[in-house]
Amino acid sequence: MTLNIQHIREEFPVLDQEVNGKPLIYMDNAATTQKPKRVLEALSAYYTHDNSNIHRGAHTLADRATRSFEKTRTLIKEFINASEEEEIIFTKGTTEGINLVAATFGRKFIEPGDEIIISTLEHHSNIVPWQMLCEETGAKLKVIPINDKGELIMEEFDKLLSEKTKLVAVVHASNALGTINPVKKIIDKSHEVGAKVLIDGAQSSAHLAIDVQALDCDFFVMSAHKIYGPTGLGVLYGKREILEAMPPYQGGGEMIKEVTFEKTTYNEIPFKFEAGTPNIADVIAFQKALEFVKELGKENIRKHEEDLLHHAERQLKDIKGFIPVGTADKKVSVLSFLIKDMHPFDVGVMLDAAGIAVRTGHHCTQPLMNRFDIEGTVRASFSVYNTKEEVDKLCESVRKIAKLKNK
Amino acid sequence: MSDIKQVQEEIIDEFSILEGDRESTIFYIMELGNQLDEFPEEARLDENLIKGCQSKVWLTTEVKDQKIIFKADSNTDITKGLISLLIRVLSGRSPKEIIDEDLYFIEKIGMGNIIGSQRSNGLASMIKQMKLYAIAYQSKLNV
Repeated sequence: MTLNIQHIREEFPVLDQEVNGKPLIYMDNAATTQKPKRVLEALSAYYTHDNSNIHRGAHTLADRATRSFEKTRTLIKEFINASEEEEIIFTKGTTEGINLVAATFGRKFIEPGDEIIISTLEHHSNIVPWQMLCEETGAKLKVIPINDKGELIMEEFDKLLSEKTKLVAVVHASNALGTINPVKKIIDKSHEVGAKVLIDGAQSSAHLAIDVQALDCDFFVMSAHKIYGPTGLGVLYGKREILEAMPPYQGGGEMIKEVTFEKTTYNEIPFKFEAGTPNIADVIAFQKALEFVKELGKENIRKHEEDLLHHAERQLKDIKGFIPVGTADKKVSVLSFLIKDMHPFDVGVMLDAAGIAVRTGHHCTQPLMNRFDIEGTVRASFSVYNTKEEVDKLCESVRKIAKLKNK
Repeated sequence: MSDIKQVQEEIIDEFSILEGDRESTIFYIMELGNQLDEFPEEARLDENLIKGCQSKVWLTTEVKDQKIIFKADSNTDITKGLISLLIRVLSGRSPKEIIDEDLYFIEKIGMGNIIGSQRSNGLASMIKQMKLYAIAYQSKLNV
């Protein structure tokens, strides 16, 4: 199916504006996507008609809110093909999901001398929690290296894996370079040595079909705001038996079954990990984002975004001074680059002046930038609502900027 | 040399030709950066870096005939352009002039809108550092 992009754009009021006297071209989608009208309306509708605390109230509003909240859990279960709702835990985002696993699974199951494997492609959220855990427990952090194209060197991964490996935490698709990792292979190999695997799906979940059962990953984390949903909301998927074996994360509210001053018993999953009043409105509004993606179809979204990426790459490759960073064979729609003898900040500011929103800097992946011996890159990341005409304008601006220093 | 006010008025005039077009303004600022005097390689030291700038900015001073001469450089062209404006206004002035003068041209040319909040903070750090040098030298003169 070919998507009608103009029709899709009508769902995103934010796109219809000028910045700096130019029509806005929003290409910072790897940072966060824009929200369709139906998500905004759902937020407003919840506060207008249903606002209530969930799971406890006996009244009608509380019941409506609870049902709607739990419906999102069901939709997420379907979105990633988990086997049951109880395996879906609401978090603040990808970062909290990873921290939760580090804090609970980590403290219970990681011991001195154990090893945790991550990769050079990780963003700080999938590095720092493991470093903290290693410091606390005396475990060791190992890092899968990458080649010059920005792909994991799988032979090196094989060498790192051993009986000591207790956990492998890798990103599904790199936010800085776009590289799609062979996660199925990583999961299967890790399981052979008895290690559990966490997949960071922050960048993949909006673009690739996610099937946690087929992948057989032990944990999968993602953020709603990168899938056209609200900010401050994420999902941690975990296999039931692992989640049940893990101690709770934070204490209070929903995670309690019974409290006396002598002893507290904890609730069942998923509530065991959902302390306090959750982000009810955003959880409910997220349904509409999931519905939006389902309507369009991830395959169609991916096809369109891939077309845009290739369209851009074809035009940019001959520009004097254009240096692509990350040229993996399999990529999501992330175009990371540098212009010779120019600072990425300057390029970003100049693109902004042309109405084009991109990200510049290290993208919270400093070790990855160090690997390429650069400070940062300029990153344009495409979404379903971007058009070929917008990509043309990006390329035209890049050409103009590159000329300043590369005559 | 014309006084600080006059130089500021000149800059305001130059920028008014660009009519607030952000793209042309940024290109112009970068062009100004290219015209900045060569910065000595041996002065690119961490101790000469200005704190509070997202991009790297090196600043050195020397005193000639009781006037302060500033030299600066940056690893980004836009920042270099901004520094060149500050140097044009403040370099070769007496400490008293540097301390007393209000740099109103920055607001007049709409710099905040042009460079964004992060760079505005950086610009403020640069001015602060230049004024601190002037204050330090002034107090030395008074001793």
